[in-house]
Amino acid sequence: MAEKEKLTMVVFSGDLDRALAAFILATTAASMDMEVSMFFTFWGLNVIKKNEGKIESKGLMRKMMNMMNRGGSRRLKLSKFHMMGLGTGMMKKFMKESHVPTIDEFITMAHAMGVKMIACTTTCGVMGLPEDAFRPEVTMLAGAAYFLGEAKESKATLFI
Amino acid sequence: MKADQTLDCVGLYCPMPIVKTAERMKQLKPGQVLEVIADDKGIKQDMPAWCKATGNEFLGIEEDKETRVYVRKKSG
Repeated sequence: MAEKEKLTMVVFSGDLDRALAAFILATTAASMDMEVSMFFTFWGLNVIKKNEGKIESKGLMRKMMNMMNRGGSRRLKLSKFHMMGLGTGMMKKFMKESHVPTIDEFITMAHAMGVKMIACTTTCGVMGLPEDAFRPEVTMLAGAAYFLGEAKESKATLFI
Repeated sequence: MKADQTLDCVGLYCPMPIVKTAERMKQLKPGQVLEVIADDKGIKQDMPAWCKATGNEFLGIEEDKETRVYVRKKSG
């Protein structure tokens, strides 16, 4: 069988709406027999942080930052219309009524379909995030060279 | 059109009809036909595109209140 076509994504944003777009494309591409890699970096790491438990980080300032920027798929906000949670809550309600999967469900689905979810080591280092800050679906930690290596072989590359 | 299996995707938006189709196709034997019922209009464009990407045969669309699309599983 011919080698699979690849889709590579950088998920830079930790916004609910952008994460949704990323996972819609990732799961669809996987359905189209594509090999999908999602690189989560900077605010995007919030999408794949575990929802429960404490995230341990070193140093008072990093601890504070990771407390304020806790992340986790269930804590994501809309990029617009958040309105202190009202807008985001309303949109989640609409999406539920429309049977659109939650980010949580999308992550489970994407993982089951073989989508690779990768956390960027540099941001993890800068923000002091340990490997166990992430959910188990996260395949590995890697850097820019690995992403570019994948991107070079990809039919499509997206920055979200 | 006659189908071997039917997949009900009424009430589901993109990408779920496509994701579910890909999943269900694994249960079909080569040459068998899957009928997908949906009310998301996007399926009329998405299903032919999915078939083109995966090599399955797009057989056509029937429309009344809902949209019914038919896909034949590729051989081998």
